[in-house]
Amino acid sequence: MSARRLVGLETEYGIIRPQMPKANATVLSAQIVDAYAQLVAEQSTSATAARWDYADESPLQDARGFAMDRDQAHPSQLTDAEPGLDEAGIWTAESIALDGNDARVGSTLYQEKDSTEVVMNMVLGNGARLYVDHAHPEYSSPESLTPRAAVLWDQAGDEVMRRAAVTAQRLGGGELLLYKNNTDNKSVSYGSHENYLVPREVEFSSIVKGLTPFFASRQIFCGSGRVGQGMLGQKPAFQISQRADFFEAEVGLETTINRPIINTRDEPHANWDKYRRLHVIIGDANLGQISTLLRVGTTNLVLSLIEANMAPDLELAEPVDALQQISHDPSLKAKVRLRGGRELTAIEIQRLYLEASQRYCTERGIDDPDTAEILERWENILELLERDPFLAADQVDWIAKYKLINGFTQRHQLSLADPRVAMMDLQWADLRTDKGLYYRMAARGAMQTLFSQEQINQAVTNPPEDTRAYLRGMALQRYAPYVIAANWDALSFAVPGARQISRFHMAEPLYGTRESVGDLFDAQLQISDFIDELARRR
Amino acid sequence: MTQESFSARRSTQNQSQETEQIQVNTNAQSAGVDDLLDEIDSVLESNAEEFVRGFVQKGGQ
Repeated sequence: MSARRLVGLETEYGIIRPQMPKANATVLSAQIVDAYAQLVAEQSTSATAARWDYADESPLQDARGFAMDRDQAHPSQLTDAEPGLDEAGIWTAESIALDGNDARVGSTLYQEKDSTEVVMNMVLGNGARLYVDHAHPEYSSPESLTPRAAVLWDQAGDEVMRRAAVTAQRLGGGELLLYKNNTDNKSVSYGSHENYLVPREVEFSSIVKGLTPFFASRQIFCGSGRVGQGMLGQKPAFQISQRADFFEAEVGLETTINRPIINTRDEPHANWDKYRRLHVIIGDANLGQISTLLRVGTTNLVLSLIEANMAPDLELAEPVDALQQISHDPSLKAKVRLRGGRELTAIEIQRLYLEASQRYCTERGIDDPDTAEILERWENILELLERDPFLAADQVDWIAKYKLINGFTQRHQLSLADPRVAMMDLQWADLRTDKGLYYRMAARGAMQTLFSQEQINQAVTNPPEDTRAYLRGMALQRYAPYVIAANWDALSFAVPGARQISRFHMAEPLYGTRESVGDLFDAQLQISDFIDELARRR
Repeated sequence: MTQESFSARRSTQNQSQETEQIQVNTNAQSAGVDDLLDEIDSVLESNAEEFVRGFVQKGGQ
């Protein structure tokens, strides 16, 4: 292994309708997904959205080797059930969203519409999943194999959301604003999860031990920055991470309450005996391409270290405290305590992981361009952070935001408690390219990028070619009317005249690539021939 | 010249190039920040306090 690994990134976006402040968030999220489904339908006469297939989901399976009882689970953990529709055909927001205090469902936009027509969960032609996750629209990227590809298809998700919001407004749904951030600064946090494919034989306890100090400290190059400390943002101070203050545990199954640094959800969406899918919930959503690249690339390398039993031998005395201590110190001087009494800064901890990765790659002769790039960037960024964090302002999201906000408060002699500072923090993550401060910075060349808008647009349409996302995405592009259900590891086709549904399992994430099935799509086969050929290939 | 001193020299050279590169990047970056701050009033939502107060999200993962 190396910096290359099968990875998928999920983002839950913040959503508001400014003209209707009490609007039900689940309904707004459904508007986004439904609008995108309509956009897809408009753009292609044959394309329709494929329904998500819940048959293979098992969110209560714990990586430590047991399952949680269904009746003990928090409702938000039941991600394997279609969000409920009540008898009148209007979905019950209460069954999906978590608590009350929401606008009554009956007063929402869709009250007169037959809600069974509203698409809440779809698979896209680029292999991604777009759906309503509780009270947020979520984009889950297609599986990719390199850190650069992970960045590209993550950026494609932002573009999908942008187009969906524009379409929703055009269709009369009002102005919907979307934010790629992780908190409303009023006690609520929502996630941007990373998924890494890991061989099942790797002991989960070694994953926990190897990753915890790395996760507590990697925020120094991939945090998105936040004005306000504490879950309520009550203390007017800048911090590195959006998410840090919402973590309370070291290891656990939950993702919405008592959040753990290491999440144990064990749902591989692939061959169970061979793989686990490490579900990482601690990261911030990044708009910046370099922050995303470093987040994925370094994590891939550290997982390789753990697999090879070469991870640095260090253990934080209090991981949750360390996570927050590091986040609360933008000077990067804070030292956190290790078990045994030693104290290290986040940069020093990262250096240990970098050096171990360099050693590992040298020993194994791993020199592919992706790994070389990550090692070089990792070393470079730590050096800049050591000299002066502001030197990395064009690469690291939190530093870019911090510099902008510092510039603003200095010019106008303001404190961080000023509402305009809070506005800047929020508007940093606004997905509109003319309003979002990240995008305004990037347009001025003040943020390094890896991909052009043209390349991102391509990734909105097309899947990665080197994973099963290729088969899923291309099947949707070419045979959408016959794809009656799809999920990460299965595709179901209904062929006119056929007696039964053809369900293809894709338990091997690296099967279904352009190399293995591309010629079937190139041959422009009829659907029944396509299915026969696909079956014969297995 | 031994291999060692050759690579030592090369790395010094790389370092000065790198420093220059960082200087250039930093200048462009700072100019970008200044430009944006010059026009921030027209970009920021005007009713900041109310807008921020209205940004209320439901729980997520």
